[in-house]
Amino acid sequence: MSKKEKKNTASSADTHPAADTKEKEYSTLNLGPTHPATHGIFQNVLKMDGEIIHDAVSTIGYIHRAFEKLAERRPYAQITTLTDRMNYCSSPINNMGWHMTVEKLIKAELPKRAEYMRVIIMELSRIADHIICNTIIGQDTGATTGFLYLFQWREKIYDIFEDICGARLTTNIGRIGGFDRDFPAKTWDKIRAFVKEYPKAFTEFSNLLERNKIFMDRTIMCGPISGERALEYSFTGPNLRAAGVDYDVRVMNPYSSYQDFDFIVPVGTQGDTYDRFMVRQEEMWQSLRIIEQALKNMPDGATHANIPDFFLPPKEEVYNNMEALIYHFKIVMGETDVPKGEVYHCVEGGNGELGFYLISDGGRTPFRLHFRRPCFIYYQAYPEMIKGGMLSDAILTMSSMNVIAGELDA
Amino acid sequence: MSQELLDKVNQKLHEHFHGSIEQAELLYDYPVFTVNKEKIHDVLKFLKEDADLNFHFLTDLTGMQTADEKHLGAIYHLHNMQKNTRIRVKTFFPMIHPEIPTATDLWPAANWMERETYDFYGIKFVGHPNLVRILNVDEMDIFPLRKEYPLEDQTRQDKSDKMFGR
Repeated sequence: MSKKEKKNTASSADTHPAADTKEKEYSTLNLGPTHPATHGIFQNVLKMDGEIIHDAVSTIGYIHRAFEKLAERRPYAQITTLTDRMNYCSSPINNMGWHMTVEKLIKAELPKRAEYMRVIIMELSRIADHIICNTIIGQDTGATTGFLYLFQWREKIYDIFEDICGARLTTNIGRIGGFDRDFPAKTWDKIRAFVKEYPKAFTEFSNLLERNKIFMDRTIMCGPISGERALEYSFTGPNLRAAGVDYDVRVMNPYSSYQDFDFIVPVGTQGDTYDRFMVRQEEMWQSLRIIEQALKNMPDGATHANIPDFFLPPKEEVYNNMEALIYHFKIVMGETDVPKGEVYHCVEGGNGELGFYLISDGGRTPFRLHFRRPCFIYYQAYPEMIKGGMLSDAILTMSSMNVIAGELDA
Repeated sequence: MSQELLDKVNQKLHEHFHGSIEQAELLYDYPVFTVNKEKIHDVLKFLKEDADLNFHFLTDLTGMQTADEKHLGAIYHLHNMQKNTRIRVKTFFPMIHPEIPTATDLWPAANWMERETYDFYGIKFVGHPNLVRILNVDEMDIFPLRKEYPLEDQTRQDKSDKMFGR
């Protein structure tokens, strides 16, 4: 690449202090699109001054799959599979968020048991999501052990999902209106066993990194962002809380009976990699607490709402009952009438406020569906956060922000 | 709660922007305001900077096309985190002249959201520092979320499948 091209690639005004009158020469570095250290398809064109990042430009959209357009052609029940593929590290949260959006639109009331079951699933997937993020931070600082050690616990969570819905990663879990059936008995045992046994392994992982001098020196003040700046950039989730703002959708706008649970919202102070790591660590403990409470206070009763227009009837009913057959046919063919309306529903996803803005014109498919994807919104602050730092800090900052390519590009 | 918020914001907006607030309604417990496009930037600035309302957080910004396929709209979701109040602000304008002022001077977060909206609906945000496509390829010559472009083969002329509705 010639010098002239180099200048064009890295953009924006040169704000470097002009200590020497001679124009400084920068080199351009393409980080990505498929770099093993970025754990996904991200391209950043970096303008480097030696090993210091002077400027950066992010290019995104490499795995854009037109979900919003696809959603305009699909009946409501079929959109759940699209939400799976956004933040694929915690698909069940996305699924539940979508179900709740539709339930808000059709004004369905869920029984407590279904809501508590949802809470368990969502908190399990939050743990799975944070396991990936935090162990990868360890991996990127050179501590492979924690990564391999905790990943088997993520497998155990996926075993639980597999029992419930048959899939591990892209789960399509639950239905509009609740669950298709209660969890199998052995799954309840698995959940209980997980809550009981995970803390031991997790404590070992925490001991490995939390007060480790090497790890702390490596991560403290690496890619920091202030609370004010984070709010201006519309940060949400652990990244915002690490910067010291105690905003959590579960507390501010409780959904799915989160108001029944007792948990704290951990916050950091500096918004750097270490704070983001620590906030996620503590959130995993809080998720465990929530699951314990949900298991303890699990009410009896139905596992789905009484909405025959949207919830598939049991098969023996379909074969023997005229109404059930009609409902079955209408739901499967996507001929159910939905009310006209506009709803915005948000849930606390693994990365922050995951919003669904749905406009229905009463047709079989949404008129307009927009996903508020937290990654997409906060990733635009990334160039600002890595400016002035080292190249290796940029890698660490990205993994601690937990940027998921699927969610970024929709 | 929501009704009170709607009344309060509505009153304040009417005091400051007489005649520019086209509609104020409550949709599924969410206060929604439709604002004339000429005043949209001033209204957003007022909502953000008014000490009492203090909608300091831009939750979401997106676009839409109206059912008559003649107008485009921009939709802003604003949030006041201290009081935990949320509102939605909408503005509509004809498709032949889809230009509205940018909100990047109010929220840096609007940068990519506006680029995304431009990418999919062709809404030009006047004053945006770098209004280029973000998710789609640069060579794309259509705005894919507009209803006039079908899901598949948007620009192909040789394929017309009446039976299955391409």
